[in-house]
Amino acid sequence: MRINLKKLDNILKDRKIERGSKRASSDLIPVLQEAQEAYGHLPHEVLKEVSLRLKVPLSQVYGVVTFYAQFRLSPSGKNLIKVCEGTACHVRGGAAIKKRIEGLLNIKDGETTTDYKFTLETVACVGSCAFSPVMVVNKQYYGKLTSNDVEDILKRYK
Amino acid sequence: MKKFFNSEDLENYRKEVREKASRFSTLITVCQGGCKAFGSEEILERLSSEVRERRLNKKVLVKMAGCHGFCERGPLVLIFPKGIFYGRVTVKDVPEIVEETIVKNRLVDRLLVHSPKDKEKIPLIDQIPFYKRQMRLVLKHNGRINPESLDDYLEVGGYSALAKALNRKPGDIINEVKISGLRGRGGAGFPTGLKWELTARAIGDTKYIICNADEGDPGAFMDRSVLEGNPHSVLEGMIIGGYAIGANEGYIYVRAEYPLAIERLRIAVEKCEATGILGENILGSGFSFSVKIKEGAGAFVCGEETALIASIEGKRGMPRPRPPFPAQSGLWGKPTCINNVETFANIPLIILDGGGEYSKVGAEKSKGTKIFSLTGKVNNTGLVEVPIGTKLRDVIFEIGGGVDKGRTFKAVQTGGPSGGCIPGEYLDLPIDYETLAEVGSIMGSGGMIVLDDKTCMVELTHYFLSFTQNESCGKCTPCRIGTKRCLEILEKITRGEGEEKDLDDLLELAKIIKDTSLCGLGQTAPNPILSTIRYFKDEYETHIKDKKCPAGVCKALIKYYIDEAKCKGCTLCAKNCPVGAIAGEVKKKHMISLDKCIKCGVCLETCKFNAVVVE
Repeated sequence: MRINLKKLDNILKDRKIERGSKRASSDLIPVLQEAQEAYGHLPHEVLKEVSLRLKVPLSQVYGVVTFYAQFRLSPSGKNLIKVCEGTACHVRGGAAIKKRIEGLLNIKDGETTTDYKFTLETVACVGSCAFSPVMVVNKQYYGKLTSNDVEDILKRYK
Repeated sequence: MKKFFNSEDLENYRKEVREKASRFSTLITVCQGGCKAFGSEEILERLSSEVRERRLNKKVLVKMAGCHGFCERGPLVLIFPKGIFYGRVTVKDVPEIVEETIVKNRLVDRLLVHSPKDKEKIPLIDQIPFYKRQMRLVLKHNGRINPESLDDYLEVGGYSALAKALNRKPGDIINEVKISGLRGRGGAGFPTGLKWELTARAIGDTKYIICNADEGDPGAFMDRSVLEGNPHSVLEGMIIGGYAIGANEGYIYVRAEYPLAIERLRIAVEKCEATGILGENILGSGFSFSVKIKEGAGAFVCGEETALIASIEGKRGMPRPRPPFPAQSGLWGKPTCINNVETFANIPLIILDGGGEYSKVGAEKSKGTKIFSLTGKVNNTGLVEVPIGTKLRDVIFEIGGGVDKGRTFKAVQTGGPSGGCIPGEYLDLPIDYETLAEVGSIMGSGGMIVLDDKTCMVELTHYFLSFTQNESCGKCTPCRIGTKRCLEILEKITRGEGEEKDLDDLLELAKIIKDTSLCGLGQTAPNPILSTIRYFKDEYETHIKDKKCPAGVCKALIKYYIDEAKCKGCTLCAKNCPVGAIAGEVKKKHMISLDKCIKCGVCLETCKFNAVVVE
């Protein structure tokens, strides 16, 4: 599949990039974040273009992309499920929630269902510890979960 | 928006705002922080429309607000000036709140907090045990002002500390902060005034100030709540800091997992830029300052200052050896001062009341208050702000209402993956940087997780090590390989394959990792191991020698079965079992097939008759 680079053009157009200066690379992470928002993940073609346009070596671009948990090199499903594995969630049964999702969707942490409807990720803490255990689907937070709640919640996204 | 060219403009506008606000006799706020997970957006909408439809909107003001702290009771609706506290509100309750409380001046009893002792209703915020023992200085306006409104912040006196500071010499400001005794709230507790002085004295024309909002400790959400509930207080502290150290540019590094905090900060920065609180020649003082928001990308190590700087520069977030400290050579090699969110939020208080007044609160070596996020197996979960030096017992039992579900207190975990577990015998210790360090934990950024007898300390330690091992950036060997080795040993113990020498190996590894790692992440990673072996050695030994998990958590060491005497044959467990390991017909006794059972605990959770037993 050919990647349309037009979206990346728009992202780069609005930025005043200080090429050649020491600060040039400081735009790298924000540009990658916006690109991922636009493309859903970070395809190789996009990364190559980012490297050329920001004048940051492709090795550094890949270094950054593979370092931070937020960046994805492969496409994710339509709905992104984040299960919180923070300490508060952990001691209040977060692992059972994750197990249940894995069982219901037949995927493991970091995987996407074959129909590309769901991607499952675990996150270190979403900061909703008072409502633990917590999961987030796209932008909606669900708290004080029991593993029985999971099925109903997932049905809403099918 | 109006632009303020000097402090007089600001004060005149403040008068206007206050005059406008005084036209309302009642203020209702609805939490739009964590309570959003339980439908508080709909409640706010409904409340606004109900007030409008009933033509009360000339006298009654309905507002969105940030987190008020008592998350356990969310969604919260607060009514001022009386200070009525309604919790666990649903959309359906809205017409009744308006009809009864607003129109007829009566309380809706079922939404009130009831005293745990005599079930007496407690209508007012200040009388609720959860709030009574707190001292809310930083959180004072959280839950009361609209975090997206600059007017609201000005109404409660916002940016008057900035105006006051800009009239004084930078050196005086630093002195004031030194007198206050404020120490960094990020965890290490370095004196803030001294940090500012070091950066101010460093040689260089360009300097930077950074707000560390990369609150990565799992189980902590103080900074999130401050940013979401009162972002201007952080900005104000930061601008004052910039002025004091001679920086004209600031960065706020927020973790990407906090989208709402980022959005509210963006709004706050935009409004300050539009009114001249940020930009060139602020309030006619000749001082210029701008702020950029940088989103983190999901790396715990970026909370470490040199890693955070690398991340802002667009690199992998890896720390580097210190010295040179950021105060000498930080962002792009320039002198840089990094402070935590809560530290900055304390600054306006110090400038307004004076450092001497501020230092009257707190312990001998640590002044002021500290916000904790109280979570885990505790009745009242939420945000708690207390003077430093308050006893652990007061926070957990008085404010927190004790252990949840009537279970037994085992320990309290403070400081996240860098901290440790403090057992019951130390509950009367005052909370401050030094005392917690003496008992093998740290105060940290403020996570406080209560653990009960159903928490396995070995498994919890395993959890923390899997976290640090995963988040280790890999630059230095002791941390990269050491945490992995520790994790392997802990895994072995939880699997029931532990040997006696494992504990000695763990202690030896812990010491080496602590002494030789490059940054704080590695140096503190062994703390959970050290503190749990120190206080809960018997639990490790039961795992190793008896191959049993006393808390019933470690899967390889436990079995699930159904107590025939208690089973009613309701089939609920069988229906919910994800692997079909439970056999049985309606109204007949059920049985768990041990071959198929994956020990997920769903049956235990679903059984209404306590018939599922773990051994």
